Amino acid sequence: MAMATTIRNAASRRAMSPISVDFSLRSMSSWWKNVEPAPKDPILGVTEAFLADPSPEKVNVGVGAYRDDNGKPVVLECVREAERRIAGSSFMEYLPMGGSVKMVEETLKLAYGDNSEFIKDKRIAAVQSLSGTGACRLFADFQKRFCPGSQIYIPVPTWSNHHNIWRDAQVPQKTYHYYHPETKGLDFSGLMDDVKNAPEGSFFLLHACAHNPTGVDPTDEQWREISQLFKAKKHFAFFDMAYQGFASGDPARDAKSIRIFLEDGHHIGISQSYAKNMGLYGQRVGCLSVLCEDEKQAVTVKSQLQQLARPMYSNPPLHGAHIVSTILGDPELKSLWLKEVKIMADRIIGMRTTLKESLEKLGSPLSWEHVTKQIGMFCYSGLTPEQVDRLTSEYHIYMTRNGRISMAGVTTGNVGYLANAIHEVTKSSS
Amino acid sequence: MMGNESSSFRKHHNQQKMKTTEFSSSSSSPSDRRIGAVLRHLTAGADFPISDRLSSVFASPTSGVTGNSVFAHLVQAPEDPILGVTVAYNKDPSPIKLNLGVGAYRTEEGKPLVLNVVRKAEQQLISDRSRIKEYLPIVGLVEFNKLSAKLILGADSPAISENRVTTVECLSGTGSLRVGGEFLAKHYHQKTIYITQPTWGNHPKIFTLAGLSVKTYRYYDPSTRGLNFQGLLEDLGAAPPGSIVLLHACAHNPTGVDPTIQQWEQIRKLIRSKGLMPFFDSAYQGFASGSLNTDAKPIRMFVADGGECLVAQSYAKNMGLYGERVGALSIVCKSADVAGRVESQLKLVIRPMYSSPPIHGASIVAVILRDRNLFNEWTLELKAMADRIISMRKQLFEALRARGTPGDWSHIIKQIGMFTFTGLNPAQVSFMTKEYHIYMTSDGFTFPTFEIV
Repeated sequence: MAMATTIRNAASRRAMSPISVDFSLRSMSSWWKNVEPAPKDPILGVTEAFLADPSPEKVNVGVGAYRDDNGKPVVLECVREAERRIAGSSFMEYLPMGGSVKMVEETLKLAYGDNSEFIKDKRIAAVQSLSGTGACRLFADFQKRFCPGSQIYIPVPTWSNHHNIWRDAQVPQKTYHYYHPETKGLDFSGLMDDVKNAPEGSFFLLHACAHNPTGVDPTDEQWREISQLFKAKKHFAFFDMAYQGFASGDPARDAKSIRIFLEDGHHIGISQSYAKNMGLYGQRVGCLSVLCEDEKQAVTVKSQLQQLARPMYSNPPLHGAHIVSTILGDPELKSLWLKEVKIMADRIIGMRTTLKESLEKLGSPLSWEHVTKQIGMFCYSGLTPEQVDRLTSEYHIYMTRNGRISMAGVTTGNVGYLANAIHEVTKSSS
Repeated sequence: MMGNESSSFRKHHNQQKMKTTEFSSSSSSPSDRRIGAVLRHLTAGADFPISDRLSSVFASPTSGVTGNSVFAHLVQAPEDPILGVTVAYNKDPSPIKLNLGVGAYRTEEGKPLVLNVVRKAEQQLISDRSRIKEYLPIVGLVEFNKLSAKLILGADSPAISENRVTTVECLSGTGSLRVGGEFLAKHYHQKTIYITQPTWGNHPKIFTLAGLSVKTYRYYDPSTRGLNFQGLLEDLGAAPPGSIVLLHACAHNPTGVDPTIQQWEQIRKLIRSKGLMPFFDSAYQGFASGSLNTDAKPIRMFVADGGECLVAQSYAKNMGLYGERVGALSIVCKSADVAGRVESQLKLVIRPMYSSPPIHGASIVAVILRDRNLFNEWTLELKAMADRIISMRKQLFEALRARGTPGDWSHIIKQIGMFTFTGLNPAQVSFMTKEYHIYMTSDGFTFPTFEIV
């Protein structure tokens, strides 16, 4: 089909030309002749295919990067201002292995609260990480090294790279129920059963807010129940928070699940990313934190996290961290940032409403309630892989085959086209 | 440590036991309802009384505030032997302290240096409002990759024109070595890498965590403070066919001892005849001799024979981009088709590690390398740095000779690059730190960019 052909063509662009080799080595073939071509990344491969498509009508609702209402990527004003202040003004020396102290301090406040007792008591082991991916990977490596018999419970579905991360860290994976296809909401009783049935002291990966890819989050009440059950089972909660501020528009609100667990006394781990909420995607800025019993243990854990970072990249990159600490360390810039985050979140919430109403107006036989009930960047549309393929081949609309629509790619300019296309491929469904 | 933990745990435990929580389904308190929900989930199939279940919720050690952390058994990791030197230096209040530890260039005034070309590149990036900060592809900034390959392999390299090279942007030298190591561990038939004795302290850790097993080959000869060439040839000659060999392209870290070109040719012949896999660590191109081409010669000799190799490049020192973590891994393959497949597999190593590399540092490098004027300016600044180090070597050597310091210190001027293997032992190093506040790594390497009076 069209998309696969496009991908194949893109991949075979390299031409073979005659090879001139030293005759002493002519008889040797490549060491890599048995290397298989790797499958395309299911998410990033979508954008590659989109870029290769010449159609003027094409729409990219694949990768989770924010777009403004003109479909253009955005650099936040607070970021531009921070960069202006930074340029030419500082050295480029190595950061410590644990990264920028200032940036980590500000980042912990976002997750744990400005006046968190845990910050005051220095109980949090925290290091700057390579965005959310890097934080999850460091934690997975840490878990493997210090709890070698443990497994990680991962929700179904989840961001596909979660599986790759814990696999490469050699931590065995199990899954727990999360998404309920019939309601396009949370399978709460399935989730609680799995939590209950997991062996005591299991490690669980939780999405703090704006679950990726479903957009389905537990309510506060449900979070409280999950927390209590975790306590009873002595489970370890690891939160992946990639969308703080992006879900509701209010960072404090979006951290509620974490705050509930902290109130209940859990010693949690958190991965934080500035890719989306500060638009710093390519800078790779994030933070891994682990709440410990006391300051001494936090120092110990941090030292061990650094031991894992050193043979991976020695110390994390400077520029993105500098931007973050410049913004969060300046009340005016921080306030500007909060405004800009709310604008982004509000635009997405607005597009959800428009998409749902458009589909209803077209007389769709299906319910599209979930479009506005789900939260964050993604809408788990319920489209089947075959319907997604049709959207791509017939309408040049690109999304991942699990039917995940990146709402950030929806604009007032394309929402009508998108609704129409979705209606066309689904109108004969019961 | 265990004793303290259990007594504090007991204290919390006793406090909890004294809590009374009346609980019934008719209670309207939210926390009671939550407990009720929890117990309903725990209840299914159970036949013991509610009060026991309740006590099992509160009294047992949990991951909560009353219980032990799952990481309670950890011990504190030792300071990194290299980066820890700077940590100790920073803590020292002495006004005459000297940091000769970490390998970062310093000016005559002892200050860090940002190159002029880098400042210019920064300004260019800032004033380009159309620049966005979206995710790079997994392989990084494509233009940067192409320019980096040209820089190390030579613009006229047949391997490049034949599309046989795959280059991926990585996090400086460390990241390039780690990604290369993980790729080898996954796809190469030999899982042993030979590293020099001695080598940069981080090398063994990188390759071990990448999944390779690490062996050493003789390199440094303490009696001559030069290359143990015989030992090197013997050890590599005895390595199982296909073994991976880590080679320092120039300015060996930490000894500053490099093979001559003739010796490199012999090494190449031996490696190719035994089918060993060369993996070059190029962290100082341009920094050693002052010439980018001269410092890349050993690598280019290997590529010219048509064989395969890996090259890890770092821009930390030669462009002063230390903290931005800019580097590249190149794998030279036999054919374009192989290179394409290799690249696709490299992406599978990178994606679960950090998804895609950072954009800023690579963008600076690309601006400089693509612009002929900036490139030329860079080569001049690079030569100035290299010349200053060479001059400091001479001055240190002269100063020791003038004092009649016993011993032969000619290795200071024979060795090349950022480091001098002084030959001092750990006790002497410790003495210098305690008495003179001079910081260096305890294997005795120092870094001659300071004016020593």
